Amino acid sequence: MSTSATYTKPLPRIDERNKPHWDGNAAGEVRVQACDDCSMLRFPASRWCPHCLSEKTSWTKVSGKGQVWSWCVFHRAYFKGFEPDLPYPVVLVELDEGPRIYSNLVGMPRDKIRIGMRVRAVFEKATDEVTLLKFEEDK
Amino acid sequence: MSLRNRVAVIGVGTTAAGTMPGNDAYDLGLIAFQRAMADCGIKRTQIDGLIVNRIPDYQRFAEIAGMDPRFALVTPGQGRMSGNSIEIACAAIEAGLAHTIALVYGNNGKSAGDQYGGEGDRYGGGGVGPWFPYGMTSPGAAHAVMFQRHMHLYGTTSRQLAAVSVAFRKHALLNPDAVMKKPITIEDHQNSRFIAEPLHLFDYCLINDGSVALIVTSAERAKDFPKPPVYVRGFGVSTKLKGSSLPPDDFWHAPMQQVAKQTYDMAGVTHDDLDGLMIYDNFSPTVLFTLEGFGFCKQGESGDFVQNGRLELGGELPSNTDGGHLSNSYMQGWALNAEAVRQLRGECGARQIKDAKLIQYMCAAPLVTSIIYGTDPT
Repeated sequence: MSTSATYTKPLPRIDERNKPHWDGNAAGEVRVQACDDCSMLRFPASRWCPHCLSEKTSWTKVSGKGQVWSWCVFHRAYFKGFEPDLPYPVVLVELDEGPRIYSNLVGMPRDKIRIGMRVRAVFEKATDEVTLLKFEEDK
Repeated sequence: MSLRNRVAVIGVGTTAAGTMPGNDAYDLGLIAFQRAMADCGIKRTQIDGLIVNRIPDYQRFAEIAGMDPRFALVTPGQGRMSGNSIEIACAAIEAGLAHTIALVYGNNGKSAGDQYGGEGDRYGGGGVGPWFPYGMTSPGAAHAVMFQRHMHLYGTTSRQLAAVSVAFRKHALLNPDAVMKKPITIEDHQNSRFIAEPLHLFDYCLINDGSVALIVTSAERAKDFPKPPVYVRGFGVSTKLKGSSLPPDDFWHAPMQQVAKQTYDMAGVTHDDLDGLMIYDNFSPTVLFTLEGFGFCKQGESGDFVQNGRLELGGELPSNTDGGHLSNSYMQGWALNAEAVRQLRGECGARQIKDAKLIQYMCAAPLVTSIIYGTDPT
């Protein structure tokens, strides 16, 4: 962990709308938006439900379990802070509840990553203010 | 009412792609525009419509070009908008908004140092920003994720994909204006460095400076110009924009099927009638997705389908004969449309498709378009 001043990777732009997700990460649970009218789950945060256009929304805790939908490995650093990590994988996780989230796998050599692999959430503190949602293999 | 053969391309102008410092997108656009006017001997006063793309503003462009068109429009600088802009021009002519429209594209991306990944990544209107903390960025990586899934579902391989890059490179060597001048082999593709694995460098398009202009008019007026008109025989458009900050489940197969039906129905032709293809190749996997989506092969079979020179000149479906985005330059679909016109005019020299009469342009993206161009006015 580092302070915001020394952390070199991109940090999320936390605002009033998406803050509950980041608070959830800090509290060790995965929170996504749920539409109060049609119940559709969504992430990243948005003001209106794209399914029914309701503005009424709550944040709900989901299991944090899912599977790798697909992935790739970056061999080029588009962000300077990721340069020391090259080559680094990024996974697209499909949560069991539906939403898909780009993230990273912890403790997993990249030649072992497979589509369909079961994963569960882990929380990695990046700075005093930001905890990232990552995943590990769910054996 | 069908728009088949109601509009024709009468003028084409392009610059070679490369590094052209000292030219902004307006300058580059004006160069291609003047070449397109010279190509068909038209005067500015005969043009009453203007659509600019990637050039930031129609007002400034028309001011520089000294024009007061009746109809003027700017479309966003996304490659999928080339086909869309041409289709809008056809509809505008048919609706009487203008009778003759100049479509002008200018791209100074190389000199301007454009990057498609990192903090400046605005793909999907910035919808990808939330993934930056996890290192996810760039359309190339999104396509890598899609190709990884295609590999998983269908057993497609990077080695199969290489056939696309090799074919288009062969074509680029026959195009004096293309950026890439050296042949590549399957092994060269496999040995080229990864950018976003499983995609290699040679799976990526080339960012350069350059410009393209097309002049389109009604079929009736097109007969008054010196070169044989190239008719817009059929076109279609559809989208998959819901959730489009993430890759689609189906590699855009469903919207492509819709566009294919619209386009072939309007044109009154089938796959077998086509002499060549212009396939939007921002990244080589897009070519595979397109061949499946438009029904040239079954879903999942594109890896096999592109083998044995099928997309090469002399093959069954010569594609991207200018070298495409992969080996000519990333002119965001515009150069492919210009190449379709030149092929149908028989102007392509060493890379000419013999007796080309029908060529289809296709773009697989969250907004899918296709245009079939033909020489036959009936």
